[in-house]
Amino acid sequence: MKELVVISGKGGTGKTTVVGAFAALAQGKVIADCDVDAADLHLILKPQVEKTIAYEGSELATVDAGLCTGCGECRKACRFDAVLEEGGKFRVDPLSCEGCGACAHACPVGAIELKPRLSGWIYVSRTPYGTLVHGELRPGEETSGKLVAQVKMRARELARLEGARLLIIDGSPGIGCPVIASLSGAHAALVVTEPSMSALHDLARVVEVARHFRTRVFLAINKADLSPEFSERIESYAKEEGLSMLGRIPYDEGVVWAQVAGRPAVEDGASPAAAALRTLWERVAEHLSL
Amino acid sequence: MTAEPRPFRVAVASGKGGTGKTTVAVSLALAARDLGPVTLADCDVEEPNDHVFLSPKIEESEPVSLLVPQVDEDVCTYCGACAKACRYGALAVIGRKILFHPELCHGCGLCARVCPVSAITEVPRPVGRIERGRAKGIQFWQGVLNPGEPMATPVIQALKGRLPDDGLVILDAPPGTACPVIETLKGADYALLVAEPTPFGLHDLKLAVGVTRELGIPAGVAISKHGIGTDEVERYLAGEGIPVLLRIPMDRKFAEAYAQGTSLVEAFPEWKSRFIELAQRITMEAEVPR
Repeated sequence: MKELVVISGKGGTGKTTVVGAFAALAQGKVIADCDVDAADLHLILKPQVEKTIAYEGSELATVDAGLCTGCGECRKACRFDAVLEEGGKFRVDPLSCEGCGACAHACPVGAIELKPRLSGWIYVSRTPYGTLVHGELRPGEETSGKLVAQVKMRARELARLEGARLLIIDGSPGIGCPVIASLSGAHAALVVTEPSMSALHDLARVVEVARHFRTRVFLAINKADLSPEFSERIESYAKEEGLSMLGRIPYDEGVVWAQVAGRPAVEDGASPAAAALRTLWERVAEHLSL
Repeated sequence: MTAEPRPFRVAVASGKGGTGKTTVAVSLALAARDLGPVTLADCDVEEPNDHVFLSPKIEESEPVSLLVPQVDEDVCTYCGACAKACRYGALAVIGRKILFHPELCHGCGLCARVCPVSAITEVPRPVGRIERGRAKGIQFWQGVLNPGEPMATPVIQALKGRLPDDGLVILDAPPGTACPVIETLKGADYALLVAEPTPFGLHDLKLAVGVTRELGIPAGVAISKHGIGTDEVERYLAGEGIPVLLRIPMDRKFAEAYAQGTSLVEAFPEWKSRFIELAQRITMEAEVPR
């Protein structure tokens, strides 16, 4: 089974549009939405949730106010500014606590306990396009990388059970922990970029990360006609870096209307973007030897 | 006696990536120069882009490090207490061998605290840098995460610790709703959320609104690519009593200027007065009792 992760560096370049199109076009695949703090794929794949699994990402330090003597050792031990003083006693700010346990170790009277916290959910769903696994992180939670790893693990298991040939992963923007977690074990990363100076700058950083993890990189330019000049610059960058440039998708309001209708952009046969997405998929499949 | 000068901190955020945070943050900063001292801090340390539009002259750059354990194997008894204490699985003791995974370490210092023979010292490990400079009459700061590093939060924390404490401070946030966004929003007087009028935009806007409510930060919205999609975003905002402070239409000429790395207010000076009004509205809105 092959694993393809779709990332972008810069946000909003069209990762989810591309993954939605691939979901409609590919045969024998499982889909994983690993953009866990802004998962949007379910809006176009119409999932019927079959299973919801609670995700406990990290622990949360909790001070027993009855035992707290107000000595402040916990605050001294905390590196994350998560311990707050209130009326001579201390409490932990859940938004800052990273669950390391340094405060509990420092507390001389054992007033601090680490408790599991509900950080999000993992959903397994049926869609008209195949099985979808998606994660949802509660706002402000840590450990998005760990949730990504768990969503992927579950998606891999299901793909194996179904005898799927491909796992398609919708990644996060940026280059941090969720992106790194989505890259691990992937056969190739398709980077969806757009023609602008900002996107080119971000592209170079995300390619560096993919290289760091020795992942093959494919490239696609979305909204390519919005700046032919920068599309050219991205193509020359790809050539210099030896990256496979697999497609150019034109700007097309049909993509927005497909989103409004809640379906993948390729289902509208007449749209120019739909045609480009089909070609892109054929070339990706070829490069993955599917 | 005059009041102590106090900074006014506005965070420009969005759930979804690519909605126009950078466009709004940079143009707001350039327009607000007429009202007083302005600082722009790019907190999207995974993919910082404000510099593309400002070409700042960087005057100072300093590394951001995490304190990580260094084990003195002449003293270590391989008892495994450090590995057992570490909540992140960053340390393992196998026989007479210590395995340390720096990318998993949060730098909490608990391993050094629990070591019974004080074999662990903490040493700085660089994960990124913060930079300060000047550009077009504003003070410019940015954080830059090293590619391959998973954790953005320490870089954002270091950046925020260095910002000036007077005038208008604009924080350009990363996309999403996870820990790097919370770190950026913490302590802000106002959150300006940039949203696009599409189903993905609405879904992620609701998440972002949830985060600002959790943090108790008043919020208003700038709608970008106005005219595409539907009016569902506007109807949602009206229902929630969240003000729409600016509407930027979808226009190919704006996309073209963006591609070239030219800010909206510089490419289209008629927009300057709207951004000045935006700055004034934000200060007023932040003072509305609620």
